[in-house]
Amino acid sequence: MKEFALIFRLNDMKDFQPSPEQMQERMNWLGSIAAQNKLADKGNTLLPIPGSAKTVKPDHVVTDGPYTEIKEFISGYIVVRTETIDEAVEIAKANPIFKIGGSIEVREVLKRD
Amino acid sequence: MEIAEDIASETFLKASENWAIGGVPENPTAWLYTVAKNKIKDYFKNLSVFETKIKSKPPENSQSEHDFEFNNQLISDSQLAMIFAVCSPANSTGSQICLALQILCGFSVEEIANAFLTKPETIKKRLQRAKTSLRNDNFQLQSLNETQIKSRLDTVLKTLYLLFNEGYFSKTNNQQIRKELCSEAVRLTLLLTENPLTNTPPTHALLALMCFQSSRLEARMNPKGEVILFNDQDRSLWDKSLIERGNYYLVNATDGSANWRTKYHLEAGIAYWHTTPTDANKWQHILQLYNQLILIEYSPITALNRTFAFAKVYGNKKAIAEAEKLNLTGNHYYHELLGYLYSDTNPLKAIEHYQRAIGLTKSETEKQTLTTEIERLTQKKNHEHPSPG
Repeated sequence: MKEFALIFRLNDMKDFQPSPEQMQERMNWLGSIAAQNKLADKGNTLLPIPGSAKTVKPDHVVTDGPYTEIKEFISGYIVVRTETIDEAVEIAKANPIFKIGGSIEVREVLKRD
Repeated sequence: MEIAEDIASETFLKASENWAIGGVPENPTAWLYTVAKNKIKDYFKNLSVFETKIKSKPPENSQSEHDFEFNNQLISDSQLAMIFAVCSPANSTGSQICLALQILCGFSVEEIANAFLTKPETIKKRLQRAKTSLRNDNFQLQSLNETQIKSRLDTVLKTLYLLFNEGYFSKTNNQQIRKELCSEAVRLTLLLTENPLTNTPPTHALLALMCFQSSRLEARMNPKGEVILFNDQDRSLWDKSLIERGNYYLVNATDGSANWRTKYHLEAGIAYWHTTPTDANKWQHILQLYNQLILIEYSPITALNRTFAFAKVYGNKKAIAEAEKLNLTGNHYYHELLGYLYSDTNPLKAIEHYQRAIGLTKSETEKQTLTTEIERLTQKKNHEHPSPG
């Protein structure tokens, strides 16, 4: 079994606060992965709001948030446990994030021992 | 001291042998003391033989000083105190629970294996190791201090949870035994709420869960001892006073300081929604609680129950896809669920799954129920597509 991080990206700050229905959809998706015993880590949400997000650059230049210069921002991640990357991609496809124009990056996790 | 440990563990061993066969005696403490005392007498008898023969000197008057004195300062109930004593961190949590179930709740190895969804051999080995390490850890029957009680509470709750479940879901058809196990678990959990050290939100949540489940004890079995499925239960048989007590404990299980989301909270929440007959969003609530429960701890049963709730919200067709992803082909509940989900749209496939479930289950009652269901589906199928001639 391999592990893959699914990294969620959103385009619009207003999508970050989900409606109760969107929340249910997300939880159904997460619950479905866990029910298959394929959830390695339920991950975390990464707050993009002012005061919660800064980027540090060379020469210690600190900017507010990741969202000022790039369009997309990372909103969170989870880690799934599957045989192949294709299986992880299939899991990602069922996520409701695509309804609001978000995207998911699938990356194999190489564990540091 | 080593002698005392040996005697204590031998006493436990004897208790487990006797209680497993004859059930827990009316007064377990007195029983344990009597056995322990006799063992001590035996010991000194042997010792005296040894002393008189080898050293030609009579043993000192030792009997009265060596009587067991059980200090009940912090936990007054003997059964509960024993469970806390056995839940020693010298063993892994799993082993502690096995030991408590075997020694103090009178479970057989088979019953423990069922409770842990594992093989009897694994449990046997686990018990063996646990007893050895208790011996090596200078196990003593003594009262615990506050910190020890607090740190052992989680394991004790888990033990009581399994004790209750064995009563509630047990394979045995003896309803009397089932009720006794359940009420003993409730009694002990109730005692935990009366002690300031153990009166915590998870304890209340567990008690709420037990109350909600107990409220259906009468309704979920017919006089022949066969399980009646939730949908077919006579709701007038549900015990309303127990539901009310469940509600009370569930409210108590939340306090302002923390957002409690233990397994017991979630399961009590699910049980609560089951007791409410009409609410448009009932199954959506149940599904969301199952989503959270499965994030805390994966188990095949939770996965299957979650899918059942999913079917109630989104329909059987979507749920079939969801169920088949679970891929629990060796589990009879898996085939029962798929049989149920297919029964309206594809009776042939439903029958196939029910037959596989019959092949996998050990319970005669379940085989009976499934056979009846297959007959019903076969008739329905023939009615819809009458065979030629």
